[in-house]
Amino acid sequence: MKLSSLNRTLLLLTVLLASYQVSAGIDGFTALPIIAYTIAFGIILVAALLIFILGIDVLDSPIVVIVSTIIPLSLAVGLVWQHLAAWRTSYLVFAIIGFLAVTLTRSIQMQNKLPVIVIAITHGIAGMTIFLLPIVIAIQGETKPLFALVGIGGALIGVGGLLLSFLKTGKPILSRDTILRLFPALLLATTALFVAGFKLG
Amino acid sequence: MSTRDSVPTSKFAMFWSLTKPSQSGLLLATGLAGYMSARCPVFNISTILQLSVSLFLAIAGSTLLNMWWDRDIDAKMGRTQKRVTSKGLVSDKEVLMVGVLISVIGIGWALAMDWLYGLVVFAGWFFDVVVYSMWLKRRTCWSIVWGGISGAMPILAGRVLGLESIDWIGLMLALGVLLWIPTHTLTFSMKFQKDYADAGVPTFPSTYGLDVTRFTIAFSSVLAAAAMVAAGVGIGMDWGFLRLLGVLSAGLFLLAAAMTFKPTERVNFGLFKYASVYMLAAMILVVLEVI
Repeated sequence: MKLSSLNRTLLLLTVLLASYQVSAGIDGFTALPIIAYTIAFGIILVAALLIFILGIDVLDSPIVVIVSTIIPLSLAVGLVWQHLAAWRTSYLVFAIIGFLAVTLTRSIQMQNKLPVIVIAITHGIAGMTIFLLPIVIAIQGETKPLFALVGIGGALIGVGGLLLSFLKTGKPILSRDTILRLFPALLLATTALFVAGFKLG
Repeated sequence: MSTRDSVPTSKFAMFWSLTKPSQSGLLLATGLAGYMSARCPVFNISTILQLSVSLFLAIAGSTLLNMWWDRDIDAKMGRTQKRVTSKGLVSDKEVLMVGVLISVIGIGWALAMDWLYGLVVFAGWFFDVVVYSMWLKRRTCWSIVWGGISGAMPILAGRVLGLESIDWIGLMLALGVLLWIPTHTLTFSMKFQKDYADAGVPTFPSTYGLDVTRFTIAFSSVLAAAAMVAAGVGIGMDWGFLRLLGVLSAGLFLLAAAMTFKPTERVNFGLFKYASVYMLAAMILVVLEVI
C-alpha cells in the first residue's frame, strides 16, 4: 500500500517528537526510567522512520508483534518505577517475563490459542498500567493534571498495539487496509500525547 | 536538475549537473559540521562562506574530473549514459578545463585560508581524482576504500580549519564518513551489477559475491555508527543527544543484522536509505550541540 503525503508528514512529525523526547524530554529522571523511556520512544522513532522509508507494508513483518509489545512494556516499567515504588521489582519481572513469553510464542509454530492469550495478557496489563496510572496520580494531585495526557496516549497505543497484534494473529478487529491507513495518525497522536504529558505534567 | 531524468539545456545547467549537486552538497554539509564541531566561533560569516565556497569548488572540480575521466565507461552503463558527457552534449576538453580550473580555485583558496586545511582539501581531491578514479577504479574493487577516504576528507577539513590541527575527534568523524560510504557504493554496485560488468569495472559483488558484499555493508554501517558515537562523546555532546544518537545507531545495527541474516531487496534498500538519514541526523546533532 502506497504511503500518502499526509501519512508521510505525520510520520515525520512523529520522528521529530520522539527525537525530542529521547534527547530532552526525559532529562532529570533516574537511570531506569531513562532507559525504559529511551527504549519506548526510540522504538517509536525508528519504527516511524522505517515506515517512512520502506512504506506501510513493513508492518506486515512478523517482528512487529514483538516490537509493538516492547513499547507499552517499557513505558509501563518507567511509569511504575517513578510512581509506584512498592511495585518496582515485581513489575519489572512481569515485563521481562511478558516480553520473553511473547517472543517465544511468536517464534515457535503453535496451533493453539496460547500466542493470542499471551499477547492479550501482556498488552492488556501494560496498556492498563499506562492508561490508568497517569490518570489516577494526576487526579490524586501527585503530578500536574496534564500528566493524564500520558494515560490517554497509553489508551491509544494500547488500541494500536492490539489492532496490530490481532492482525498478525489472523484475527483482525478492523480490516488490514483500515488499520494500516490509520496507523501513522494513531502513532503521531500517541507520541504527541506522551510528549505533552511528560512536558506539562 | 537530475542527470538521470532529464537533459539540461543551458551550458551552466549541464556543468551543474556534472558536479552531482546532491552528493557535493552532502559532502559540503559534512565539512560545515566538521568546522562547527571544533567549537570555534560558528557565526563567523566570512569564514563559513569561504569554507563553503572553497570546499564546494574543490569537490565539484574533482567530480567534474571524474566525469571527464570516466566518460567512456559512463556511456556503457544504463545508470549513467544520460549524463551530458556520455551524450556528447559538452566537449571533453571543456569538462577537463572547467574541472581543472575550479579545482585549482577551490584548493588554492583553501590553502590561502589555512595551509593545513588546504592540504586536507587537496588530499581529498587527490585521493578521489588520481588514486580512486584514474589509478584503481578499473583495476580493483578495493578502489572504493580510497573513494571513501576522499569522501571523508571534507569533514576532517572542516574540523581542521576550526582547530588549525588534526585531532582524534576529527579522525573519528572522518572514519565515520569513510565507513558509511560503502553502504552507498556497495548497494549501488549490487543494484547495478550488470551495468558495472558491462563497463568492465570490478566491484565487490562481482569479485566476492553478494553475501560478502552484504556482510561488508552491514559491518561497515555498524562501525560507522560506533565511530560517530565515539566522536560525539569526544566532542562533549550533550547526554540527551548521545541517547538519540544511540537510538539511531541501534536502528542501523538492527537493519545491518537483518541484512546479514535475512537479506531481501527491501532490507537492502532500507539500510541504504536509513544510513543516509543516520548520517544527516548525526551531522545535525553535531551542529545543534555547538549552537
